[in-house]
Amino acid sequence: MSVHEPFWLMLIKAGLLAFTVITIFAYVMLWERKLLGRFQARYGPNRTGLVGYMQPLADVVKLIFKEDFVPRGANKVLFHVAPVMAIACAVTGIAIIPFGTTGELFGHEFTMYGTDLSVGVLVLFALSGLGFYGMILGGWASGNKYSLLGAARTAAQLVSYEVAMGLSIIGVIMIAQSLSLVDIVNAQMNSVWYILCQPLGFAVFVVAAVAETNRTPFDLPEAESELVAGYLTEYGGLKFAIFAMAEYVNMIVLSGLGATLFLGGFDGPWLPQWLSWLWLLAKIFVFLFLFIWLRATLPRLRYDQLMRFGWKVLLPLATLNLIVTAIVVGIFFQND
Amino acid sequence: MSNVDLGRDTSLPHQELPETERIVREVEARTPAEAAARTAEHERRAAEDPVGARDPLVLNMGPHHPSTHGVLRLVTELDGEVVRDIHPVIGYLHTGIEKQCENKTFWQAITLVTRMDYLSPFFNTHAYTQSVEKLLSLDVPPRAQWIRVMLSELNRITSHLVWLGTSGLELGAISVMFYTFRERDRALDLFEMIAGERMNTRYFQVGGCAEDIPPGFEDLLRRFVDEMPSRIDEYEGLLRANPIWVERTKGIGILPAEQLIDLGVTGPPLRAAGVDLDLRKARPYSGYEHFDFSVPLGTQGDAYDRFLVRMAEMRQSVRIIEQCLDGMPEGPSIVDDRKVVLPPRGELATSMESLIHHFKLVTEGFTVPEGEAYSAVESPRGEIGCYVASDGGPKPLRVHMRDASFVNLQALRPMARGALLSDMVAMIGSLDNVMGGVDR
Repeated sequence: MSVHEPFWLMLIKAGLLAFTVITIFAYVMLWERKLLGRFQARYGPNRTGLVGYMQPLADVVKLIFKEDFVPRGANKVLFHVAPVMAIACAVTGIAIIPFGTTGELFGHEFTMYGTDLSVGVLVLFALSGLGFYGMILGGWASGNKYSLLGAARTAAQLVSYEVAMGLSIIGVIMIAQSLSLVDIVNAQMNSVWYILCQPLGFAVFVVAAVAETNRTPFDLPEAESELVAGYLTEYGGLKFAIFAMAEYVNMIVLSGLGATLFLGGFDGPWLPQWLSWLWLLAKIFVFLFLFIWLRATLPRLRYDQLMRFGWKVLLPLATLNLIVTAIVVGIFFQND
Repeated sequence: MSNVDLGRDTSLPHQELPETERIVREVEARTPAEAAARTAEHERRAAEDPVGARDPLVLNMGPHHPSTHGVLRLVTELDGEVVRDIHPVIGYLHTGIEKQCENKTFWQAITLVTRMDYLSPFFNTHAYTQSVEKLLSLDVPPRAQWIRVMLSELNRITSHLVWLGTSGLELGAISVMFYTFRERDRALDLFEMIAGERMNTRYFQVGGCAEDIPPGFEDLLRRFVDEMPSRIDEYEGLLRANPIWVERTKGIGILPAEQLIDLGVTGPPLRAAGVDLDLRKARPYSGYEHFDFSVPLGTQGDAYDRFLVRMAEMRQSVRIIEQCLDGMPEGPSIVDDRKVVLPPRGELATSMESLIHHFKLVTEGFTVPEGEAYSAVESPRGEIGCYVASDGGPKPLRVHMRDASFVNLQALRPMARGALLSDMVAMIGSLDNVMGGVDR
């Protein structure tokens, strides 16, 4: 069901999406701090603006006015390029997450997603893999040993988790018979949410997503107690903000992907079609809450333990899930 | 003879620098160009003979590093993330307290020693006042002893709470700290109530305690003690069976008990290795023989055992405080010796003799007979001992602390060799060094 949109509509959509995700990122950060505060028997930011809701703005203003600092031993070009890479890959990902079906504006039919790619899932993976390069290069280019170690850990983490994550969602793709996220949601609307038939895949996906976004307990690349701030050590001001933004936007995109693949995406009862994106938003927030909850609760793994966990636990589980799904799909659902 | 004769004996044989000094100087002396040349040279050698030719990555951790507990500096030689060797450099928090004590009267020095190991002020003052009391041959009245025990154990709880919170932070468990500090704050309120200060409490006095217990204190302390066991359960619930916590601490930082004894390690790190050495039992002081408590021992001596030992010690401290509250003897809280102890405030208006004593004590201080004494107490970190020498005057000739943090820190190097960088951080946490105590 391809919809032809005029170019100006696409531009508006792209602008709107990018704007929304960047705004939401700021508030996700605020909510994280507020929630962490609650988890830790304190208030969290509640002074700036109404109960603290101007805090992100204050943070951004402060970071903008910081000196744009490049350490002497740094590779200047890569040092500047790295955060751009990270954020570009993170924000691009949001284009593929479907927020709804179609709507009509000024007589033009339009889709409630950035774009519906036939290889949507793959693109998202490529983007998140590419985003890691931002961190690795940033760490390497900083000319700092902590940053270098952080970058090395990022690389180790990337190879340990990308594979398991990729395998964990192949089950979904096999059931839905499509790589397009819109098709996957539609398939779930016609049957059940895939968390029901892919519980193991979902579990592996969630764990790998936490690792993918460098969140506790897998926040080794920026383990502040060991590596000061890992690849971020030498970054300050706006570039630091951009890296933080990339991390949170990644969280949002991966939450969106998880919600789309396993929780039915924008599918949900009661709401009219043009408000269906609220369902996706609610599901994304469930994921984000989980991320924050984990951060408040768990200690950090050691980096060899993390790799062992990735290769020896997650990968076999994902593979098992894949094989079982393949057999079941092959035997029972051999349609046409 | 030149003009600048510093009186140094130049006939001394040339002394080899200690290894730490040598490596630190070597690393610091390198210019970027030299460092690059060295790296190139090693790369060339590594290309010819890859085995064992790799130059370690020298990483300077600290003194400003989030996990070095203050200002510990570790010059770390890394091979990948494996620590080949570390060279601890200390002294960044050196405040010359021991030397300053020599310029203060005996009772002014109490204020200084509280600042050494800033997490256990009661233990510092306890060790110091005990030594001075030994020199003066004073017998501390039982009520004062009981109060000392009570506050020491409360201090042990607060110190362990800080340890639990910070070592949790080091392993990435960020929330535990807020819970432990919540309880610690209540204990500090109690300190404030009894001693007037929250952290550097100058409360133990030569001969007893500065004041008697204020009204209402016992109720608050009892409420705190009643609540504490459930709080400790809470912390343990978060960590004890947490697979990540267990995996991060089990098998980390093990040294054989003999080696720990050789290094002079005391306190929880030693007891975690199964050595039953607790001064409260081994050489009871301040009436500890009257209390019923047990000394928790570990079996493996790893960071996890140290965690368990400290948690159990907190529970034992709660028990001791309860016994203190139940069996608090009546009587004076300080000896009645007007040559050493300030007379009660009320007497100053009526008794000329008291006024003279007060004046003499405040302006000149009390004199301590010539001699030297050492006495030690069991602090949260191990044996804190204080050596005091007197020449018969009102000021100490020498005050020296045997601080457990300083001695225990020695164990870090043999532990950390061959471990991963992340594990070294866990080891630093599990040794619980306070740099104020190390550097003094």
